[in-house]
Amino acid sequence: MARRVSTSTKVGFTVLAWAVALLLFSPILWTVLTAFKTEAEAIASQPTFFPQNFTLENFGAVQDRSDYFKHAINSIIVSFGSTILGLIIAIPAAWSMAFAPSKRTKDILMWMLSTKMMPAVGVLIPIYLIFRDLRLLDTVHGLTLIMTLINLPIIVWMLYTYFKEIPVDILEAARMDGAELWNEITHVLVPMAVPGIASTLLLNVILAWNEAFWTITLTSGRAGTLTAFISSFSSPQGLFLAKLSAASLLAIAPILLLGWFSQKQLVRGLTFGAVK
Amino acid sequence: MATKQTRALARTMMAPAVIVLFIWMIVPLVMTLWFSFQNYSLINPMMTGFAGWANYVYVIGDPSFTQSLINTLILVGGVLLITIVGGTFLALLLDQPIWGQGILRILVISPFFVMPPVAALIWKNGFMHPGYGMLGHLWKFFGLQPVDWFNQYPLFSVIVIVAWQWLPFATLILLTALQSLSEEQREAAEMDGANAVNRFRYIIMPHMARAITIVILIQTIFLLGIFAEIRVTTGGGPGYASTNIAFLVFRTGILSNDIGAGSAGGVVAVIIANIVAIFLMRAVGKNLDA
Amino acid sequence: MKLTPLFVGAMTLALVGSASAQTLTIATVNNGDMIRMQGLSSAFTEETGIQLNWVVLEENTLRQNVTTDIATNGGQYDIMTIGTYEAPIWAKQNWLKPLDALSADAEYDVDDLLPAIRGGLSVDGKLYAAPFYGESSFIMYRKDLMEKAGLTMPDAPTWEFIGEAARAMTDRANDINGICLRGKAGWGENMAFLTAMSNSFGARWFDESWKPQFDQPEWKSTLDTYLSLMADAGPAGASSNGFNENLTLFQQGKCGMWIDATVAASFVTNPNDSTVADKVGFAQAPDNGLGKRGNWLWAWSLAIPASSQNADAAEQFINWATSKDYLALVAEKEGWANVPPGTRTSLYENPDYQAAAPFAAMTLASIDSADPTHPTVKPVPYVGVQFVAIPEFAGIGTNVGQLFSAALAGQMSADDALAQAQEATTRDMTRAGYIK
Repeated sequence: MARRVSTSTKVGFTVLAWAVALLLFSPILWTVLTAFKTEAEAIASQPTFFPQNFTLENFGAVQDRSDYFKHAINSIIVSFGSTILGLIIAIPAAWSMAFAPSKRTKDILMWMLSTKMMPAVGVLIPIYLIFRDLRLLDTVHGLTLIMTLINLPIIVWMLYTYFKEIPVDILEAARMDGAELWNEITHVLVPMAVPGIASTLLLNVILAWNEAFWTITLTSGRAGTLTAFISSFSSPQGLFLAKLSAASLLAIAPILLLGWFSQKQLVRGLTFGAVK
Repeated sequence: MATKQTRALARTMMAPAVIVLFIWMIVPLVMTLWFSFQNYSLINPMMTGFAGWANYVYVIGDPSFTQSLINTLILVGGVLLITIVGGTFLALLLDQPIWGQGILRILVISPFFVMPPVAALIWKNGFMHPGYGMLGHLWKFFGLQPVDWFNQYPLFSVIVIVAWQWLPFATLILLTALQSLSEEQREAAEMDGANAVNRFRYIIMPHMARAITIVILIQTIFLLGIFAEIRVTTGGGPGYASTNIAFLVFRTGILSNDIGAGSAGGVVAVIIANIVAIFLMRAVGKNLDA
Repeated sequence: MKLTPLFVGAMTLALVGSASAQTLTIATVNNGDMIRMQGLSSAFTEETGIQLNWVVLEENTLRQNVTTDIATNGGQYDIMTIGTYEAPIWAKQNWLKPLDALSADAEYDVDDLLPAIRGGLSVDGKLYAAPFYGESSFIMYRKDLMEKAGLTMPDAPTWEFIGEAARAMTDRANDINGICLRGKAGWGENMAFLTAMSNSFGARWFDESWKPQFDQPEWKSTLDTYLSLMADAGPAGASSNGFNENLTLFQQGKCGMWIDATVAASFVTNPNDSTVADKVGFAQAPDNGLGKRGNWLWAWSLAIPASSQNADAAEQFINWATSKDYLALVAEKEGWANVPPGTRTSLYENPDYQAAAPFAAMTLASIDSADPTHPTVKPVPYVGVQFVAIPEFAGIGTNVGQLFSAALAGQMSADDALAQAQEATTRDMTRAGYIK
C-alpha cells in the first residue's frame, strides 16, 4: 500500500529514520562490541569502535563466575511458566468480560490493574515471610507464582480488548449449533484469537523476563534468574567493563532474539483496544 | 442477550482471576497495614509493640519525603512526555515508505527487551561514565569536558534511561494505531488539500488519542514503581536528588531494616498510587468507553 | 583375596559418601579474593564430596539479601559472608552458630588469627565468624609522581603533607589526580573513609550520652579538609566513586595517591591488572598530631546462620577456606602476593610472603594500630573504628553518607550537609530510643 512519494522524499525519510534508529540502538550495539574486546581495550582512553583483538575470553570469565545456563533455564521456566499459567486463568475471565459484560466489568478491570500499583519494596517483608512459611523461598515454582500474579492484570486486559473485537455473532452461531461452552472457547474463540493470545504471551514473557525485584530478593543459588546473574557483575572490580558487557549480552540475548523473530506477532496484538 | 444462565456462568469463569488477585492484593496489604502500626525492626528484636501513628509520623517527617514525592511526579511525567512525543514522531517516521523498514523496526524496539538492571548498567558504565563511557569519549572528541551525568543531572539521567526503555513500547502502540487509520481517510484529506500539519492535527491526532491514553495508563503503572534503575545508578543521590517514593520506602524499610516505618511508607505509596490511579482511570475510562 | 573386603569397604564408603552428598549454599561478595576462592573451591568438593552452590552478589545486594534472610530466619543460606560490623551484632542475637569445632581444631590454629581481627569477630570469647581476609587502610602512592613533585613520602605522614603532595601531584592536563578518595554514598563506602578520617581529626559520631556530634568543630574541619582536597586534587565525578571505582582509576594510573583498604595493595601491584604495578609505594594513614590515625579495621568473614541445616559441612568449608592450607594453595596457584591478607600472624612471619608482598609490613602495622574500642581522641559509648556497632548504624550511616556525597557533588554546602546530618541522626537515634 505504499503511497506515491518522490524518491528524494523517500531518501530523506530513510536517512532520518536510520539515524534515529541507530541512535536508539547504540547502547546495545556498544555493549555487543565491548563484549568482544579485551579489558584493556574496553577502557582505553583512545576508544576503538570495532574490537582490535577480537576475544571470547570475557564469556569464559563470566561463565566461570556464574553458571549462565542454570540462570537462563530458570528465566525461561519462570517467564513462560508464569505467562502460560496466567493465560489459563485469564482466558475464561476475559471471555466473560468481553461476551457477558455487566455494569461492573470496567470497574473490575480497573481494579485488577490497580493491584499492579502496589510498590514491591513496600510489601517485600510480608511476601518474604509468607514465602518462608510456605517453603517457597528460592524455588522456581514460587517465583513463577509471583510472576503470574504480577502480570495477570495485564494478561486479562490484553485478552479482553482482543476478545471484544471478535464479532459476537460467530460465537452465537456456534452456540446455536449446540456447542458446549468449553467447546465454544477452545474450538471457536481461541483459534480466532490466536494472534491476540500470541501477542499477549510474548509481551508478558518479556515483562516477566525483565522483572528485577522479586527475582533477586526471593532467590539465592537455585532459582536465580538472569536478573540475579547480572547482579554479580554489577559493581566494578578492577577491570570489568568488557566482562560486564559480555554478561549483559548473555542476559538479554535470548529475549532479544525471541523479540526479533516474533516482532510481527508481538506487534499485531499490541493494541490494548486502542484500535477499532 | 445475556441470559441469567450466561451471567452466572460468566461470574464463575471470572472467579479464579478475581479471587487470586484479591488474595494477592489483600494479604500483603493487610500485613503491611499491620506492620505499619508496629514497632518492628529486622535487626533489633528489642523493638516490639504497638507503635500508633509513630511510623507514619516518622516517614512523612523524613527530610526527603517532599522531594521524593516531587521526584516521583517529575520522573513519571518526564518519561511520559519523552516517550509520547518521541513515540509519535517515531511512529510517523516508521509509517513512511522507507528502505529497510523491517530492520529499522527491530532496531527501534530492541531497548524494550533489555532488563532494567542491564539497561542501567550499560548506560552507567558504557555510556554515561565520564572516564570511559561512550558519551565521555564523544565530549572529549569535540574538545569538551566530559559530563558527570549521575552527579550533575541525576534525575534527568534516570529519566533518560527509563525513557529509552519505554520509548519502543509507546512507538509500537502508536504505530499500530496509526497504521489502522485507513488509506481512504488519508487520501480524502489529501484530496481536500489539507497540508501535512492540518492532516496531523485534524485526522491523525484525534485517531491516536485513544492509543496515547493507553500508553499513559500502562506506563504510569510501571513508572510509579521505578526502582532498579535508581538503585543501580545513583542510589537515590547525590543527597536526595534522585530519590523517588519507591526508593524512599526501600531506604527506610530495607536499607535501615525498619519494617514498621517501611510498611508505613508502603501504605503511603499505595495511597499516592491510588490518587494517581483515580485521576488516570477517570481520564482513560472515558476514552475507553467509546 | 585379602584386598576384597577393603575394596568393598571403600566402595561402600564412596557410595554412602555420594548418597549423602550435601550441598552448601554460600552467599558472598563479588570481590576479587572471593571470586578466586570460588574458582579454587572445586578442590574442596573433590576432597569432601560436598557440593557448593555459589551466590555471588554485589555488596549492597548481598547485605540486603543476607540480612533479610537471617532476620526472618529464612534459611536460604548455609554460609554468609559478613563483616566485622554484622558479626558481633548478629552473634548477640543468637543468629549465628559459634564456630566451636573450628576453634578446637589444633590444625586450624585459631590462635594464629590476628588478635584485632579475631576480637572483632568474637562475642564473650567465642568466635562467630572466621576471617577470610582482613584489612586496615593506608596510603598507596605513585613513587614516580611523588619524585616528580619533588617530595618524599614519610612512613607516617600528616594530613597537611597529604594536602600539599596531592595538590603538587595533580596534573589535570594529563588526567592525573593528586588524590582519589571514596565519595559514593553508603555506610561501608564514603562513611567508612570519612569516619576513619574524622577520628584523626578528633571527631566522634556520638558523645557519651549518644548525642550526635556533627555540630562540633572537629567534624566541620574533617569535612572542609576532605572537600577542599577533592576539589583541588580529586577526580571528576568523585561522588560516585567507591572502593572499586577508585581501584580502577589507580590501576589506570590516574591517581597520585589513594587512601583505602590495605587489600587493594595486591591488586595495584599485580602487573596483570595494573599499569602502575612497579611504581607503588605505601605509607600509614595520615594523622593530625592528635595521636590517632585515619585507618580502619575490617574483615570479610564467613559465618553460619543458625537456620542452616548443614552446619557441620558448612563449618568444614569455612575451615578449608580460612585455613593456612588455603593460603598455601593460593600461593601455589597465583603466587604469594595474591593470598588473602590480614588474617593470620603466620602469614606475616612467612619469608616468602614478605618477599613477594612489599606491602606486608605496612599492612600489619596498620591493622595492629587500629583500636575499635578507642577509635578516636575523646571517649565514645560505642565500639568500631569506621562504623558504630549498633544495629541502627547501617541506616543512619547511609543517610549521612548521602548528605556528604551531595556536598562532594556540589549540591549542598558543607555546613548544610552537617546541619542536616545532625538533624537526621538525632531523629533516628531518638526513634531508636538512644536519646531519651
